[in-house]
Amino acid sequence: MKTKLKLALPKGRLLGETAALLQRAGWGLDDYQEQTRFYHITSKTMPRLSARVFHEKDIPIQVAIGNYDLGICGSDWIEELLVKYPSSALMKVKNLRYGEGALYATSAGGAATIEALRARPSTIRIASEYPNLAESFAINARLKHFSVFPLWGGAEVYPPESAELALVGTAQGFSLTPISRVLGVSAFLIANRESWKDKELGKMVASIEKALVPEKRKPEATKRPPTKAVQYTAADNDTVRLALPDGHQQAPTRKLLDKAGIRLDDYPSEKGNRRPNIELEGVSVKVIRPQDMPLQVANDNFDLAITGRDWLTEHLCQFPSSPVKELADLKLGRVKVVAVVSQERDIADIRDLSESEEALPIRVASEYINIADSYARDNRLNRYRLIPTWGASEAFLAEDADLLIENTETGRTLAQHRLKIIDTLFESTACLIGSTGGAASPLKKERMESITKTLRKAAEEIS
Amino acid sequence: MKIQRSKGTRDLSPQEMVSFRLIESAFRDCCLKWGYQEVRTPTLEYLHLFTATGTLTPSMLAKVYSFLDWDGWSGERVVLRPDGTIPISRLYIDSMAKEKLAKLFYVANVFMFEATGKKTRERWQCGAELIGARPPLADIELVMLALEVLRELKIKGIELRLSHAGLIKALLARMDVSAEEQIDMFDRILDGDMKALEKLKLKRPELEKTIDSLLELKGKPSGFSKELQRLFAEDLPECKPYIENCTRIAEFLEAMGYDYRIDIASGRGFEYYTGIIFQIFKGGEKIGGGGRYDALIPLMGGKDVPASGFALYLERLMGLIEPKALAQPQPPKILVRAELARAKEGFDTAGRLHKAGYRAECYLGVQKEADFDWTVELKDKLKFTLTNQAKKQKVTAETIDELLALLKK
Repeated sequence: MKTKLKLALPKGRLLGETAALLQRAGWGLDDYQEQTRFYHITSKTMPRLSARVFHEKDIPIQVAIGNYDLGICGSDWIEELLVKYPSSALMKVKNLRYGEGALYATSAGGAATIEALRARPSTIRIASEYPNLAESFAINARLKHFSVFPLWGGAEVYPPESAELALVGTAQGFSLTPISRVLGVSAFLIANRESWKDKELGKMVASIEKALVPEKRKPEATKRPPTKAVQYTAADNDTVRLALPDGHQQAPTRKLLDKAGIRLDDYPSEKGNRRPNIELEGVSVKVIRPQDMPLQVANDNFDLAITGRDWLTEHLCQFPSSPVKELADLKLGRVKVVAVVSQERDIADIRDLSESEEALPIRVASEYINIADSYARDNRLNRYRLIPTWGASEAFLAEDADLLIENTETGRTLAQHRLKIIDTLFESTACLIGSTGGAASPLKKERMESITKTLRKAAEEIS
Repeated sequence: MKIQRSKGTRDLSPQEMVSFRLIESAFRDCCLKWGYQEVRTPTLEYLHLFTATGTLTPSMLAKVYSFLDWDGWSGERVVLRPDGTIPISRLYIDSMAKEKLAKLFYVANVFMFEATGKKTRERWQCGAELIGARPPLADIELVMLALEVLRELKIKGIELRLSHAGLIKALLARMDVSAEEQIDMFDRILDGDMKALEKLKLKRPELEKTIDSLLELKGKPSGFSKELQRLFAEDLPECKPYIENCTRIAEFLEAMGYDYRIDIASGRGFEYYTGIIFQIFKGGEKIGGGGRYDALIPLMGGKDVPASGFALYLERLMGLIEPKALAQPQPPKILVRAELARAKEGFDTAGRLHKAGYRAECYLGVQKEADFDWTVELKDKLKFTLTNQAKKQKVTAETIDELLALLKK
């Protein structure tokens, strides 16, 4: 019998074309389609083949560490890994020539060339979901003093106030001025180097090559992506810069703001507007990812932010002396952050893992990589590896990880995935955060205190 | 579970540490004699010290160990020192900038990623930096110092290769390409990419003769320098001072009887070099190198101070020395055997022996007498029995002083 073959497939923007390609290649992964509810898919035509659906960003990591033999994802995420870890076991097999785009270093007005940036005496802040590519760009552009802000998303809203540059993909469509094209992007077939040597993948790859749509060579977009002008109003020293969460935190946050009598337009925004107007004097608002807020507040890019205690804790685990602190418990979105294992495993509590004498390192998967790291350290896990994940972490157990640090509201999803909670790390609710650093003006301080008080009161009333 | 060394690292065994210390002390002695002072800089530095143009090339920066510190929320990265010279320049700017002349040396480890893990990623260097002095005398002093260290270590058959960063830059400046491409080309030559010069030929065919001469004219005779001077006087008159600089050092080396050659294309090294670059080879392997870096300190925010320096690669030297030929004679080694009841006396005895200049250790139930020159036994009350291990002769002493007197004989 031939060895098993594992394939990592993307959800999101590449799903449609990837599914069509695999259909043409006859791989029999019929359940891989838009709106699929399955994470694990078996092939109807090739008994040795099984697939798992991931966030695109997870795929290069999963293939590099050898959990999967083959994968399909955008070359942006491949290069993000390879630029930092050139000797990893990840190899690019075939350019699939769809999902094409590019990554650009962009700014919002001001310095519009690399030379101008290089001449700036102050630190150049680069915000990006691609921190490794951003660092590599800065080094190759010979920027002297730069800081990279790794982001979970929404990089395009950072310049000019919160960063000088954003490294973003054309896929996102942006309102910024491109300065330098950093990378061309398209979907790629990738393989684990060991699998490539040991498992016969040639036939599989040949079938993909055959199924590729003959190239109608779109001339590569030489013209820069269109930009639309945005009005930026520079915040003065008295303006409170408030960050509000995007994603599913928007509805409860809106409810809280309504309760507090704070009115604002276009939040949540259907058009993805990240700069809603707030009817509160001396306050400016940006909508960013809650995951990114503590780091941004620590760097004095925002004065106040509504995020979750989980993300504040994650930040403080990485940077224990950070000036960020919780100003008010907003009591919304209560979840528990828990340690989870598969029900199949004979593990009752974390000690069973720390005392295990397995030869292989314990694989700890989490979106909260620093919380997971500190939890593993505190519990004396002997030899462990952290696997960063970007959503749908529950599907990592039991095949691709041994222990998961995850948040849960009711525990129902975990139970559905045949997982069990072995430990509760802490409870998390939405909270208002601010910085103990930074010398705010008396007026700004007053405004911040007023907002804090109002929100705290509203939170009390709702709960 | 098998415990493994982290990939790309090495242990230094007791025997290897003997070689390590022999090299280190030869280097220290030479530096101190030439009036250099020892310094030590931290293993961690800020990454931004190394990122500006004129410090490290991007291809080297892609291999540094950088990470966010526990308080690195600003994104300010720290790095495991990838180079010895830049930290010394930082130290000079931080705390020694008032001194007109700073002659500094260090023995330090530097960290640079190496993909296969077969070569070591942590390397040791013996480095000397001469800050505040101009060419050519300062450069000659550094070459002399480096060669003196190698002579002390009895390493023979040294070959020197000379190049000049100013010459390479002047050549590139003649090209019809952007400043950026010039830097890129310079970096590639310094990273050892020989094809870079070939490409330059294609771009500027009229320079072909000069470049070919540079690539092919690798030689020693001082006549070669004259040839070079004539050639450059025609094609690149602005290079005249650089050629003179090379020639002067070359003539000096020749007068001293050293084996050297000028090899412009071999200018492998650091982007911060501005003047002479010298590399030291033994049997085809590079064991050290250095050069002039006049622009580095001002670039890092210090005053306009000229500087040059070199480093010897300690691990490479370890394979080239004969520890036995270099080792200083050691004092005799004595084993003190005391019965448990007299343990305190035993340790006192060892202490007295140390003071008297002997190597002495107490018997822990494991050592072999054959590994020692002498054994002292404390058995019967107040008596020391001294045995010469080679001759198996036994004598006794009543007191420690008597014992010391016996050992002297």
